[in-house]
Amino acid sequence: MIRHLLSGADLDAATATQILDTAAEMATVAGREVKKLPALRGRTVVNLFYEDSTRTRISFEAAAKRLSADVINFSAKGSSVAKGESLKDTALTLQAMGADAVVVRHPASGAPHRLADWVDGSVVNAGDGTHEHPTQALLDAYTMRSRLGRLAGLHVAIVGDVLHSRVARSNVLLLSTLGAKVTLVGPPTLIPVDISAALAPGADVSYDLDAVLPGVDVVMMLRVQRERMNDSYFPSAREYARRYGLDGPRLRRLPEHAIVMHPGPMNRGMEITPEVADSPRSTIVEQVANGVSVRMAVLYLLLGGNNR
Amino acid sequence: MACPPAAHPSPPRQPTVKVILAAADVSRVVDRIAHQILEKTQGAADTVLLGIPTRGAPLARRLAARISTFEDVDVPVGVLDITLYRDDLRRHATRAIGPTELPPGGIDGKRVVLVDDVLFSGRTVRAALDALNDIGRPASVQLAVLVDRGHRQLPIRADYVGKNIPTSLAENVKVTLAETDGADEVKLVGGVPA
Repeated sequence: MIRHLLSGADLDAATATQILDTAAEMATVAGREVKKLPALRGRTVVNLFYEDSTRTRISFEAAAKRLSADVINFSAKGSSVAKGESLKDTALTLQAMGADAVVVRHPASGAPHRLADWVDGSVVNAGDGTHEHPTQALLDAYTMRSRLGRLAGLHVAIVGDVLHSRVARSNVLLLSTLGAKVTLVGPPTLIPVDISAALAPGADVSYDLDAVLPGVDVVMMLRVQRERMNDSYFPSAREYARRYGLDGPRLRRLPEHAIVMHPGPMNRGMEITPEVADSPRSTIVEQVANGVSVRMAVLYLLLGGNNR
Repeated sequence: MACPPAAHPSPPRQPTVKVILAAADVSRVVDRIAHQILEKTQGAADTVLLGIPTRGAPLARRLAARISTFEDVDVPVGVLDITLYRDDLRRHATRAIGPTELPPGGIDGKRVVLVDDVLFSGRTVRAALDALNDIGRPASVQLAVLVDRGHRQLPIRADYVGKNIPTSLAENVKVTLAETDGADEVKLVGGVPA
Protein backbone atom coordinates (compact mmCIF):
# COMPACT_ATOMS: atom_id res chain seq x y z
CA MET A 1 0.00 0.00 0.00
CA ILE A 2 1.09 3.55 -0.68
CA ARG A 3 2.20 5.76 2.20
CA HIS A 4 0.77 9.12 1.10
CA LEU A 5 -2.13 10.07 -1.13
CA LEU A 6 -0.98 13.21 -2.91
CA SER A 7 -2.12 12.80 -6.48
CA GLY A 8 -4.57 10.82 -8.58
CA ALA A 9 -1.45 9.56 -10.33
CA ASP A 10 -0.25 7.84 -7.11
CA LEU A 11 -2.88 5.18 -7.65
CA ASP A 12 -2.57 2.31 -10.07
CA ALA A 13 -5.71 0.50 -11.17
CA ALA A 14 -5.35 -2.24 -8.54
CA THR A 15 -4.87 0.16 -5.61
CA ALA A 16 -7.70 2.43 -6.77
CA THR A 17 -10.02 -0.55 -7.11
CA GLN A 18 -9.01 -1.76 -3.65
CA ILE A 19 -9.93 1.65 -2.22
CA LEU A 20 -13.32 1.60 -3.97
CA ASP A 21 -14.04 -1.96 -2.79
CA THR A 22 -13.03 -1.09 0.77
CA ALA A 23 -15.24 2.01 0.59
CA ALA A 24 -18.20 -0.18 -0.39
CA GLU A 25 -17.71 -2.17 2.85
CA MET A 26 -17.24 1.01 4.87
CA ALA A 27 -20.55 2.31 3.48
CA THR A 28 -22.43 -0.49 5.27
CA VAL A 29 -21.31 0.98 8.61
CA ALA A 30 -23.50 4.03 7.95
CA GLY A 31 -26.57 1.79 8.17
CA ARG A 32 -25.62 0.14 11.46
CA GLU A 33 -26.73 0.83 14.98
CA VAL A 34 -23.19 1.67 16.11
CA LYS A 35 -21.62 3.72 13.31
CA LYS A 36 -18.10 3.11 14.50
CA LEU A 37 -15.25 0.73 13.80
CA PRO A 38 -12.25 0.24 16.10
CA ALA A 39 -9.64 -0.01 13.32
CA LEU A 40 -7.78 3.27 13.99
CA ARG A 41 -8.11 3.40 17.78
CA GLY A 42 -5.25 5.37 19.28
CA ARG A 43 -4.21 6.94 15.99
CA THR A 44 -4.25 10.69 15.51
CA VAL A 45 -5.45 12.38 12.34
CA VAL A 46 -4.80 16.10 11.95
CA ASN A 47 -6.98 18.13 9.59
CA LEU A 48 -4.69 20.96 8.50
CA PHE A 49 -6.79 23.43 6.53
CA TYR A 50 -5.25 26.59 5.11
CA GLU A 51 -8.35 27.25 3.02
CA ASP A 52 -12.00 27.43 3.94
CA SER A 53 -13.84 24.21 3.37
CA THR A 54 -16.91 22.75 4.91
CA ARG A 55 -17.72 19.52 3.19
CA THR A 56 -14.20 18.17 2.74
CA ARG A 57 -13.13 18.91 6.30
CA ILE A 58 -16.33 17.55 7.84
CA SER A 59 -16.14 14.53 5.58
CA PHE A 60 -12.59 13.71 6.68
CA GLU A 61 -13.51 14.36 10.30
CA ALA A 62 -16.51 12.03 10.13
CA ALA A 63 -14.42 9.38 8.36
CA ALA A 64 -11.64 9.48 10.96
CA LYS A 65 -14.10 9.45 13.86
CA ARG A 66 -16.04 6.50 12.45
CA LEU A 67 -12.75 4.59 12.46
CA SER A 68 -12.17 5.64 16.11
CA ALA A 69 -9.15 7.84 15.37
CA ASP A 70 -8.54 10.98 17.41
CA VAL A 71 -9.10 14.05 15.27
CA ILE A 72 -7.41 17.40 15.68
CA ASN A 73 -8.80 20.20 13.54
CA PHE A 74 -6.38 22.92 12.66
CA SER A 75 -7.47 25.85 10.56
CA ALA A 76 -5.07 28.60 9.58
CA LYS A 77 -7.40 31.29 10.85
CA GLY A 78 -6.86 31.98 14.52
CA SER A 79 -3.71 29.85 14.73
CA SER A 80 0.00 30.66 14.75
CA VAL A 81 -0.18 30.68 10.98
CA ALA A 82 -1.96 34.03 11.27
CA LYS A 83 1.12 35.17 13.19
CA GLY A 84 3.37 34.14 10.33
CA GLU A 85 4.40 30.56 11.13
CA SER A 86 5.70 28.73 8.08
CA LEU A 87 4.27 25.48 6.74
CA LYS A 88 7.44 23.68 7.76
CA ASP A 89 7.31 24.87 11.38
CA THR A 90 3.65 23.95 11.58
CA ALA A 91 4.52 20.53 10.18
CA LEU A 92 7.24 20.00 12.78
CA THR A 93 4.79 20.97 15.52
CA LEU A 94 2.30 18.39 14.28
CA GLN A 95 5.09 15.86 14.05
CA ALA A 96 6.02 16.52 17.67
CA MET A 97 2.41 15.97 18.69
CA GLY A 98 2.52 12.54 17.10
CA ALA A 99 0.20 12.94 14.14
CA ASP A 100 -0.17 9.61 12.32
CA ALA A 101 -1.82 11.28 9.35
CA VAL A 102 -2.08 14.86 8.16
CA VAL A 103 -4.97 15.78 5.90
CA VAL A 104 -3.94 19.02 4.25
CA ARG A 105 -5.69 21.64 2.17
CA HIS A 106 -3.52 24.49 0.99
CA PRO A 107 -3.91 27.33 -1.53
CA ALA A 108 -0.43 26.63 -2.95
CA SER A 109 -0.15 23.83 -5.49
CA GLY A 110 2.37 21.26 -4.27
CA ALA A 111 2.22 22.15 -0.56
CA PRO A 112 1.19 18.57 0.44
CA HIS A 113 4.18 17.19 -1.48
CA ARG A 114 6.53 19.40 0.53
CA LEU A 115 4.76 18.44 3.73
CA ALA A 116 5.25 14.76 2.97
CA ASP A 117 9.03 15.28 3.23
CA TRP A 118 8.77 16.83 6.68
CA VAL A 119 6.48 14.52 8.62
CA ASP A 120 6.78 10.83 9.42
CA GLY A 121 3.07 10.19 9.15
CA SER A 122 0.94 9.79 6.06
CA VAL A 123 -0.10 12.91 4.15
CA VAL A 124 -3.44 13.07 2.38
CA ASN A 125 -3.95 15.86 -0.11
CA ALA A 126 -7.37 17.40 0.47
CA GLY A 127 -6.94 19.97 -2.29
CA ASP A 128 -3.86 22.02 -3.15
CA GLY A 129 -4.21 25.20 -5.17
CA THR A 130 -5.28 24.50 -8.73
CA HIS A 131 -3.46 21.19 -8.69
CA GLU A 132 -5.12 18.07 -7.27
CA HIS A 133 -7.87 16.74 -5.01
CA PRO A 134 -7.48 12.96 -5.18
CA THR A 135 -10.12 11.90 -2.64
CA GLN A 136 -12.72 13.88 -4.59
CA ALA A 137 -11.77 11.93 -7.70
CA LEU A 138 -12.07 8.67 -5.75
CA LEU A 139 -15.52 9.52 -4.44
CA ASP A 140 -16.61 10.58 -7.93
CA ALA A 141 -15.37 7.27 -9.32
CA TYR A 142 -17.13 5.44 -6.47
CA THR A 143 -20.39 7.26 -7.24
CA MET A 144 -20.15 6.46 -10.95
CA ARG A 145 -19.42 2.82 -10.22
CA SER A 146 -22.31 2.44 -7.80
CA ARG A 147 -24.79 4.21 -10.14
CA LEU A 148 -23.66 2.74 -13.46
CA GLY A 149 -22.09 -0.53 -12.32
CA ARG A 150 -18.69 -0.06 -13.95
CA LEU A 151 -15.97 2.43 -14.80
CA ALA A 152 -14.16 0.83 -17.72
CA GLY A 153 -15.57 2.13 -20.99
CA LEU A 154 -17.62 4.95 -19.46
CA HIS A 155 -17.57 8.28 -21.26
CA VAL A 156 -17.30 11.18 -18.82
CA ALA A 157 -17.61 14.85 -19.77
CA ILE A 158 -16.00 17.29 -17.33
CA VAL A 159 -17.50 20.71 -18.01
CA GLY A 160 -16.41 24.19 -16.97
CA ASP A 161 -13.35 25.82 -15.48
CA VAL A 162 -10.86 23.03 -16.12
CA LEU A 163 -7.95 25.47 -15.93
CA HIS A 164 -8.37 26.20 -12.23
CA SER A 165 -9.95 22.91 -11.18
CA ARG A 166 -8.05 20.48 -8.98
CA VAL A 167 -11.11 18.23 -9.11
CA ALA A 168 -10.84 18.00 -12.90
CA ARG A 169 -7.13 17.24 -12.80
CA SER A 170 -7.41 14.42 -10.28
CA ASN A 171 -10.46 13.02 -12.05
CA VAL A 172 -8.75 12.92 -15.44
CA LEU A 173 -5.81 11.03 -13.93
CA LEU A 174 -7.87 8.54 -11.95
CA LEU A 175 -10.58 7.93 -14.53
CA SER A 176 -8.01 7.26 -17.24
CA THR A 177 -6.27 4.78 -14.94
CA LEU A 178 -9.57 3.01 -14.39
CA GLY A 179 -10.37 2.79 -18.08
CA ALA A 180 -12.95 5.56 -18.53
CA LYS A 181 -12.78 8.03 -21.40
CA VAL A 182 -12.79 11.70 -20.48
CA THR A 183 -13.80 14.69 -22.58
CA LEU A 184 -12.99 18.14 -21.19
CA VAL A 185 -15.53 20.77 -22.17
CA GLY A 186 -15.38 24.52 -21.61
CA PRO A 187 -14.57 27.86 -23.16
CA PRO A 188 -11.10 27.85 -24.76
CA THR A 189 -9.87 30.35 -22.16
CA LEU A 190 -10.59 27.89 -19.35
CA ILE A 191 -9.02 24.78 -20.86
CA PRO A 192 -5.23 24.65 -20.57
CA VAL A 193 -3.34 24.27 -23.82
CA ASP A 194 -2.02 20.74 -24.29
CA ILE A 195 -3.85 19.44 -21.25
CA SER A 196 -4.59 16.07 -22.80
CA ALA A 197 -0.95 15.59 -23.72
CA ALA A 198 0.21 16.62 -20.25
CA LEU A 199 -2.31 14.68 -18.17
CA ALA A 200 -3.91 11.86 -20.04
CA PRO A 201 -3.20 10.95 -23.62
CA GLY A 202 -6.74 9.60 -24.01
CA ALA A 203 -8.59 12.75 -22.94
CA ASP A 204 -10.43 14.75 -25.61
CA VAL A 205 -11.15 18.46 -25.57
CA SER A 206 -14.31 20.08 -26.88
CA TYR A 207 -15.59 23.66 -26.81
CA ASP A 208 -19.15 22.68 -27.70
CA LEU A 209 -21.21 21.20 -24.86
CA ASP A 210 -24.27 20.43 -27.01
CA ALA A 211 -22.23 18.29 -29.37
CA VAL A 212 -20.80 16.21 -26.52
CA LEU A 213 -23.95 15.59 -24.44
CA PRO A 214 -25.71 12.88 -26.49
CA GLY A 215 -22.75 10.48 -26.24
CA VAL A 216 -21.82 10.59 -22.56
CA ASP A 217 -22.61 8.44 -19.52
CA VAL A 218 -21.62 11.05 -16.94
CA VAL A 219 -21.63 14.86 -17.00
CA MET A 220 -19.51 16.38 -14.26
CA MET A 221 -20.17 20.10 -13.87
CA LEU A 222 -17.39 22.16 -12.28
CA ARG A 223 -18.03 25.21 -10.16
CA VAL A 224 -17.33 28.55 -11.78
CA GLN A 225 -15.33 30.24 -9.09
CA ARG A 226 -16.82 33.68 -8.46
CA GLU A 227 -13.44 35.35 -8.27
CA ARG A 228 -12.83 34.29 -11.89
CA MET A 229 -15.96 35.97 -13.20
CA ASN A 230 -14.28 39.35 -13.29
CA ASP A 231 -11.06 38.01 -14.78
CA SER A 232 -12.45 38.13 -18.34
CA TYR A 233 -12.10 34.42 -19.04
CA PHE A 234 -15.59 34.75 -20.55
CA PRO A 235 -17.65 37.81 -21.55
CA SER A 236 -20.42 37.54 -18.96
CA ALA A 237 -21.97 35.14 -16.49
CA ARG A 238 -25.11 34.97 -18.63
CA GLU A 239 -23.18 34.02 -21.72
CA TYR A 240 -21.31 31.34 -19.79
CA ALA A 241 -24.56 29.91 -18.44
CA ARG A 242 -26.09 29.98 -21.95
CA ARG A 243 -23.20 28.07 -23.56
CA TYR A 244 -21.86 25.85 -20.78
CA GLY A 245 -24.57 25.70 -18.11
CA LEU A 246 -26.55 22.49 -17.69
CA ASP A 247 -30.28 23.24 -17.88
CA GLY A 248 -33.47 21.22 -18.40
CA PRO A 249 -33.38 21.05 -22.22
CA ARG A 250 -29.72 19.95 -22.15
CA LEU A 251 -30.51 17.35 -19.46
CA ARG A 252 -33.15 15.84 -21.76
CA ARG A 253 -30.58 15.54 -24.53
CA LEU A 254 -28.47 13.18 -22.41
CA PRO A 255 -28.81 9.42 -22.84
CA GLU A 256 -31.49 7.94 -20.57
CA HIS A 257 -29.06 6.33 -18.09
CA ALA A 258 -26.62 9.24 -17.85
CA ILE A 259 -25.99 10.91 -14.49
CA VAL A 260 -25.13 14.48 -13.51
CA MET A 261 -22.40 15.16 -10.95
CA HIS A 262 -21.09 18.26 -9.24
CA PRO A 263 -18.33 18.40 -6.59
CA GLY A 264 -20.05 21.29 -4.80
CA PRO A 265 -20.55 23.96 -3.73
CA MET A 266 -22.89 24.79 -6.62
CA ASN A 267 -23.71 28.14 -8.16
CA ARG A 268 -27.35 27.44 -8.97
CA GLY A 269 -28.31 29.29 -12.12
CA MET A 270 -24.71 29.58 -13.28
CA GLU A 271 -23.22 26.23 -14.28
CA ILE A 272 -26.28 24.20 -13.25
CA THR A 273 -29.99 25.09 -12.99
CA PRO A 274 -32.02 24.10 -9.92
CA GLU A 275 -34.15 21.84 -12.12
CA VAL A 276 -31.08 19.77 -13.00
CA ALA A 277 -29.46 19.91 -9.57
CA ASP A 278 -32.60 18.54 -7.89
CA SER A 279 -33.46 15.96 -10.54
CA PRO A 280 -33.20 12.24 -9.69
CA ARG A 281 -30.36 11.94 -12.19
CA SER A 282 -28.19 14.26 -10.16
CA THR A 283 -25.89 12.48 -7.69
CA ILE A 284 -24.82 15.59 -5.82
CA VAL A 285 -26.11 14.58 -2.38
CA GLU A 286 -25.00 10.98 -2.90
CA GLN A 287 -21.47 12.22 -3.62
CA VAL A 288 -21.32 13.79 -0.16
CA ALA A 289 -22.38 10.55 1.57
CA ASN A 290 -19.97 8.53 -0.57
CA GLY A 291 -17.20 10.95 0.37
CA VAL A 292 -17.23 9.72 3.97
CA SER A 293 -17.00 6.05 2.93
CA VAL A 294 -14.19 6.69 0.47
CA ARG A 295 -12.20 8.73 3.00
CA MET A 296 -12.69 5.98 5.59
CA ALA A 297 -11.24 3.55 3.08
CA VAL A 298 -8.27 5.81 2.34
CA LEU A 299 -7.50 6.42 6.03
CA TYR A 300 -7.85 2.73 6.84
CA LEU A 301 -5.61 1.61 4.00
CA LEU A 302 -2.96 4.25 4.84
CA LEU A 303 -3.02 3.85 8.62
CA GLY A 304 -4.69 0.53 9.42
CA GLY A 305 -1.64 -1.68 9.24
CA ASN A 306 2.06 -1.44 9.72
CA ASN A 307 3.09 -0.11 6.32
CA ARG A 308 6.45 1.32 7.21
CA MET B 1 22.29 -39.02 18.81
CA ALA B 2 23.78 -35.60 18.35
CA CYS B 3 22.76 -33.58 15.32
CA PRO B 4 25.35 -33.43 12.51
CA PRO B 5 27.56 -30.34 12.72
CA ALA B 6 26.44 -27.26 10.83
CA ALA B 7 29.22 -27.65 8.29
CA HIS B 8 27.48 -30.74 6.91
CA PRO B 9 23.82 -29.82 6.79
CA SER B 10 21.47 -32.69 6.25
CA PRO B 11 19.16 -32.38 3.25
CA PRO B 12 16.05 -30.32 4.12
CA ARG B 13 13.43 -32.61 5.51
CA GLN B 14 9.95 -32.42 4.06
CA PRO B 15 7.41 -31.51 6.72
CA THR B 16 5.20 -34.44 7.56
CA VAL B 17 1.63 -34.25 6.32
CA LYS B 18 -1.07 -36.28 8.00
CA VAL B 19 -4.65 -36.33 6.80
CA ILE B 20 -6.95 -36.00 9.81
CA LEU B 21 -10.30 -35.78 8.05
CA ALA B 22 -10.94 -36.89 4.47
CA ALA B 23 -13.84 -35.54 2.39
CA ALA B 24 -16.32 -38.14 3.67
CA ASP B 25 -15.28 -37.44 7.29
CA VAL B 26 -15.78 -33.71 6.82
CA SER B 27 -19.32 -34.20 5.60
CA ARG B 28 -20.11 -36.59 8.50
CA VAL B 29 -18.73 -34.06 10.96
CA VAL B 30 -20.84 -31.27 9.43
CA ASP B 31 -23.91 -33.50 9.67
CA ARG B 32 -23.21 -34.19 13.33
CA ILE B 33 -22.76 -30.51 14.18
CA ALA B 34 -26.02 -29.73 12.35
CA HIS B 35 -27.79 -32.36 14.51
CA GLN B 36 -26.17 -30.98 17.66
CA ILE B 37 -27.27 -27.44 16.84
CA LEU B 38 -30.82 -28.69 16.31
CA GLU B 39 -30.71 -30.58 19.59
CA LYS B 40 -29.17 -27.84 21.68
CA THR B 41 -31.36 -25.07 20.26
CA GLN B 42 -34.59 -27.12 20.30
CA GLY B 43 -35.13 -27.05 16.56
CA ALA B 44 -33.03 -24.03 15.65
CA ALA B 45 -35.82 -21.52 16.19
CA ASP B 46 -34.67 -17.87 16.31
CA THR B 47 -31.19 -19.02 15.38
CA VAL B 48 -28.81 -17.30 12.97
CA LEU B 49 -25.60 -18.83 11.63
CA LEU B 50 -22.77 -16.36 11.02
CA GLY B 51 -19.68 -17.63 9.22
CA ILE B 52 -16.30 -16.00 9.81
CA PRO B 53 -14.39 -15.60 6.51
CA THR B 54 -12.79 -17.22 4.73
CA ARG B 55 -13.81 -20.80 5.43
CA GLY B 56 -16.37 -20.20 8.14
CA ALA B 57 -18.71 -18.72 5.52
CA PRO B 58 -19.16 -21.86 3.38
CA LEU B 59 -19.28 -24.00 6.53
CA ALA B 60 -22.17 -21.91 7.86
CA ARG B 61 -24.03 -22.32 4.55
CA ARG B 62 -23.47 -26.09 4.63
CA LEU B 63 -24.73 -26.34 8.20
CA ALA B 64 -27.86 -24.38 7.27
CA ALA B 65 -28.44 -26.63 4.25
CA ARG B 66 -28.06 -29.79 6.37
CA ILE B 67 -30.34 -28.41 9.10
CA SER B 68 -33.04 -27.70 6.55
CA THR B 69 -32.84 -31.27 5.18
CA PHE B 70 -33.01 -32.81 8.66
CA GLU B 71 -35.83 -30.76 10.14
CA ASP B 72 -37.24 -28.57 7.36
CA VAL B 73 -36.38 -25.26 9.02
CA ASP B 74 -34.67 -22.42 7.19
CA VAL B 75 -31.93 -21.01 9.37
CA PRO B 76 -30.78 -17.54 8.24
CA VAL B 77 -27.09 -17.45 7.28
CA GLY B 78 -24.72 -14.49 7.20
CA VAL B 79 -21.06 -13.61 6.96
CA LEU B 80 -19.22 -11.65 9.62
CA ASP B 81 -15.93 -10.07 8.55
CA ILE B 82 -13.78 -9.39 11.59
CA THR B 83 -10.73 -7.75 9.98
CA LEU B 84 -11.32 -4.30 11.49
CA TYR B 85 -11.68 -5.84 14.97
CA ARG B 86 -8.46 -7.84 15.00
CA ASP B 87 -5.98 -7.12 17.76
CA ASP B 88 -2.98 -7.55 15.45
CA LEU B 89 -3.93 -5.05 12.71
CA ARG B 90 -0.92 -2.93 13.45
CA ARG B 91 1.57 -5.77 13.29
CA HIS B 92 0.99 -6.49 9.62
CA ALA B 93 0.66 -4.57 6.38
CA THR B 94 -2.89 -3.31 5.95
CA ARG B 95 -5.29 -6.18 5.48
CA ALA B 96 -8.02 -6.09 2.87
CA ILE B 97 -11.45 -6.15 4.43
CA GLY B 98 -14.10 -8.59 3.29
CA PRO B 99 -17.86 -8.33 3.05
CA THR B 100 -20.15 -8.58 6.05
CA GLU B 101 -23.60 -9.86 5.08
CA LEU B 102 -26.27 -10.00 7.71
CA PRO B 103 -29.50 -11.94 7.15
CA PRO B 104 -32.52 -9.68 6.49
CA GLY B 105 -33.96 -10.29 9.97
CA GLY B 106 -30.78 -9.02 11.65
CA ILE B 107 -29.39 -10.51 14.84
CA ASP B 108 -31.21 -8.58 17.57
CA GLY B 109 -32.73 -10.99 20.08
CA LYS B 110 -31.56 -14.02 18.07
CA ARG B 111 -29.36 -16.91 19.06
CA VAL B 112 -26.22 -16.38 17.00
CA VAL B 113 -24.00 -19.35 16.19
CA LEU B 114 -20.56 -18.21 15.01
CA VAL B 115 -19.00 -20.68 12.60
CA ASP B 116 -15.28 -20.97 11.87
CA ASP B 117 -12.95 -23.64 10.53
CA VAL B 118 -10.21 -23.80 13.20
CA LEU B 119 -10.29 -22.70 16.84
CA PHE B 120 -6.74 -21.91 17.95
CA SER B 121 -5.76 -18.89 20.09
CA GLY B 122 -9.36 -17.68 20.43
CA ARG B 123 -8.43 -14.20 19.20
CA THR B 124 -10.55 -14.43 16.07
CA VAL B 125 -13.57 -15.30 18.18
CA ARG B 126 -12.90 -12.40 20.52
CA ALA B 127 -12.80 -10.08 17.49
CA ALA B 128 -16.06 -11.60 16.26
CA LEU B 129 -17.71 -10.97 19.63
CA ASP B 130 -16.62 -7.33 19.46
CA ALA B 131 -17.95 -7.04 15.91
CA LEU B 132 -21.30 -8.53 16.97
CA ASN B 133 -21.51 -5.96 19.72
CA ASP B 134 -21.43 -3.14 17.18
CA ILE B 135 -23.98 -4.74 14.90
CA GLY B 136 -26.73 -5.56 17.36
CA ARG B 137 -27.66 -7.36 20.54
CA PRO B 138 -28.12 -11.10 20.13
CA ALA B 139 -29.94 -13.02 22.87
CA SER B 140 -26.99 -15.42 23.08
CA VAL B 141 -23.89 -16.37 21.13
CA GLN B 142 -22.55 -19.85 20.52
CA LEU B 143 -19.51 -21.11 18.64
CA ALA B 144 -19.20 -23.97 16.17
CA VAL B 145 -15.83 -25.02 14.76
CA LEU B 146 -14.73 -27.79 12.43
CA VAL B 147 -11.45 -28.30 14.31
CA ASP B 148 -10.28 -27.38 17.80
CA ARG B 149 -6.50 -27.54 17.92
CA GLY B 150 -5.99 -26.19 21.45
CA HIS B 151 -3.47 -23.56 22.61
CA ARG B 152 -6.07 -21.02 23.68
CA GLN B 153 -4.78 -17.58 24.69
CA LEU B 154 -8.17 -16.29 25.82
CA PRO B 155 -10.94 -17.79 27.96
CA ILE B 156 -13.01 -18.98 25.01
CA ARG B 157 -14.47 -22.41 24.25
CA ALA B 158 -16.56 -23.86 21.46
CA ASP B 159 -20.13 -25.17 21.88
CA TYR B 160 -19.87 -27.47 18.88
CA VAL B 161 -16.58 -29.11 17.88
CA GLY B 162 -16.16 -31.23 14.77
CA LYS B 163 -12.84 -32.74 15.80
CA ASN B 164 -10.40 -32.13 18.61
CA ILE B 165 -6.85 -32.37 17.29
CA PRO B 166 -4.03 -32.28 19.83
CA THR B 167 -1.20 -30.30 18.21
CA SER B 168 2.15 -28.81 19.02
CA LEU B 169 2.74 -25.14 18.29
CA ALA B 170 5.18 -26.14 15.53
CA GLU B 171 2.39 -27.85 13.66
CA ASN B 172 -0.16 -26.33 11.32
CA VAL B 173 -3.76 -27.38 10.78
CA LYS B 174 -4.72 -26.91 7.14
CA VAL B 175 -8.41 -26.96 6.27
CA THR B 176 -9.52 -26.99 2.66
CA LEU B 177 -13.13 -26.87 1.51
CA ALA B 178 -14.68 -27.56 -1.87
CA GLU B 179 -16.12 -24.03 -2.12
CA THR B 180 -12.85 -22.21 -1.46
CA ASP B 181 -10.09 -24.68 -2.32
CA GLY B 182 -11.62 -27.33 -4.56
CA ALA B 183 -11.73 -30.25 -2.10
CA ASP B 184 -12.73 -31.06 1.49
CA GLU B 185 -9.83 -32.08 3.72
CA VAL B 186 -8.24 -31.41 7.08
CA LYS B 187 -4.49 -31.98 7.32
CA LEU B 188 -1.88 -31.69 10.04
CA VAL B 189 1.31 -30.23 8.56
CA GLY B 190 4.73 -29.96 10.16
CA GLY B 191 5.87 -31.40 13.43
CA VAL B 192 9.19 -32.58 12.00
CA PRO B 193 10.70 -34.96 14.57
CA ALA B 194 13.93 -33.59 16.04
